[in-house]
Amino acid sequence: MSVLSPVAAIGRSTMGALAAIGRIAIFAGRTASHVFRPPFYPREFATALAGIGYFSLPVVGMTALFTGGALALQIFAGGARFNAEAVVPQIVAIGMVRELGPVLVGLMIAARVTSSIAAEIATMKVTEQIDALVTLSTHPIKYLVVPRVLAALITVPILVGIGDVIGVFGGYLVGTLRLGFNPAAYIQNTVDFLEFWDIASSLIKGAAFGGIAALMGCFYGMASERGAQGVGRATKASVVAAAVLILAANFLLTQAFFSV
Amino acid sequence: MIKLDGVEKAFGRNRVLRGINLEVPRGKSVVVIGGSGTGKSVLLKCILGLVQPDSGRIMVDGKDAGRGDRDAFLAQFGMLFQGGALFDSLHVWENVAFRLLRGSLKRPREEARAIAIEKLRRVGLKADVADMYPGELSGGMQKRVGLARAIAAEPQIIFFDEPTTGLDPIMAGVINDLIREIVVEMGATAMTITHDMSSVRAIADNVAMLHGGVIQWYGPVADLDNSGDPFVDQFVHGRAEGPIEAVR
Repeated sequence: MSVLSPVAAIGRSTMGALAAIGRIAIFAGRTASHVFRPPFYPREFATALAGIGYFSLPVVGMTALFTGGALALQIFAGGARFNAEAVVPQIVAIGMVRELGPVLVGLMIAARVTSSIAAEIATMKVTEQIDALVTLSTHPIKYLVVPRVLAALITVPILVGIGDVIGVFGGYLVGTLRLGFNPAAYIQNTVDFLEFWDIASSLIKGAAFGGIAALMGCFYGMASERGAQGVGRATKASVVAAAVLILAANFLLTQAFFSV
Repeated sequence: MIKLDGVEKAFGRNRVLRGINLEVPRGKSVVVIGGSGTGKSVLLKCILGLVQPDSGRIMVDGKDAGRGDRDAFLAQFGMLFQGGALFDSLHVWENVAFRLLRGSLKRPREEARAIAIEKLRRVGLKADVADMYPGELSGGMQKRVGLARAIAAEPQIIFFDEPTTGLDPIMAGVINDLIREIVVEMGATAMTITHDMSSVRAIADNVAMLHGGVIQWYGPVADLDNSGDPFVDQFVHGRAEGPIEAVR
């Protein structure tokens, strides 16, 4: 084995990653170019709205509820070390709205929606349904990708908003029932502390994460190789890529919104 | 008429098509035979533009297949895919009427549904199948639905990709007869790829044998048994011994 082999391997991986980023960027560009050009597929859009938005509500709600409750317990226990137990409502609110709400909803969407989109489109590809679409004069990006990405861009911010409220409510339940906070004071502290930009940034993050989640599912589904193994690989790659990109985008957006 | 002139296609180092020259006359049914992995499906996909050929020219009714209005080009074609390629999430009738529910051929839903049911009847399926999902149908029924979808918009050219693969001999015979009837009735140009000799004899006016990336032999189906070509003879009689390697 040559001394340069590890260097060559790093080079190959880097080139591979850059090529993948390039392909994703081209795919995103092609998707964007089809958004405003007819024909439009309102039925597919409505189906995607329900699949991505409405049917994700239970998992988003449960995740937010338990996270908000756990956050209240952690802040109370941590705050007790320097007599700051009283800040539980404020920290739960800011933690859920600015950070945990959008990130956890984004990751749940990656798990639930990205995987489902990738598996569905990859299966369509290996069973020649995508080829059939083309022969039926229907552009696969217009018919399969645009409705899903648009639906995610619209519904995930709404899910994040709902997740934020449920997460704060989880903190409220633990704070009032377990930690002895006054219910009215808890709500008052939460409302007084949150600013408009906290909520707006949360929703903007939601839109970005939703777009990433749907786009990754579509991209890896369309790029799937043949056979059941190809579908499996596409699904796994889509979820990993979506999760990593969501976390990276979260850092960049947080840096852009809140850096001092 | 479909005319292929020197069409080549390689996937990496694998040169699948090495200069295909073939003419499919208007209104005729041409069957392309050849072993598995010889590029028959790739050939059809090149004509439809699903796979881009590396070189060569494909003309359909005198027009270059790679140029001009893509929707108008594809509107001339109907295709029956090997596995049916029916859309799982849509009802059977929505599959059949897919082209009639959207795009330039769009019609009111009720009218599209009526046409779909009529086409389903044409391929021997009852109206109550219309509201089922493809996953609820047997393999033979799925092929029929695929056939109904291929003919729904009354195309001038119909492609059949392995129409009888996976079917029992009786159902294969039914599908072969249906294809022949429909092609004659519609006056359509048909191109079928298969390695099922019963399909060849039932469907073909002319036969082309694809081997080694080129058209090895082309002639009327009546000449198939006396082609004088050792490749065709071996294939038609299913012999392990001959110029075609049994292990590919």
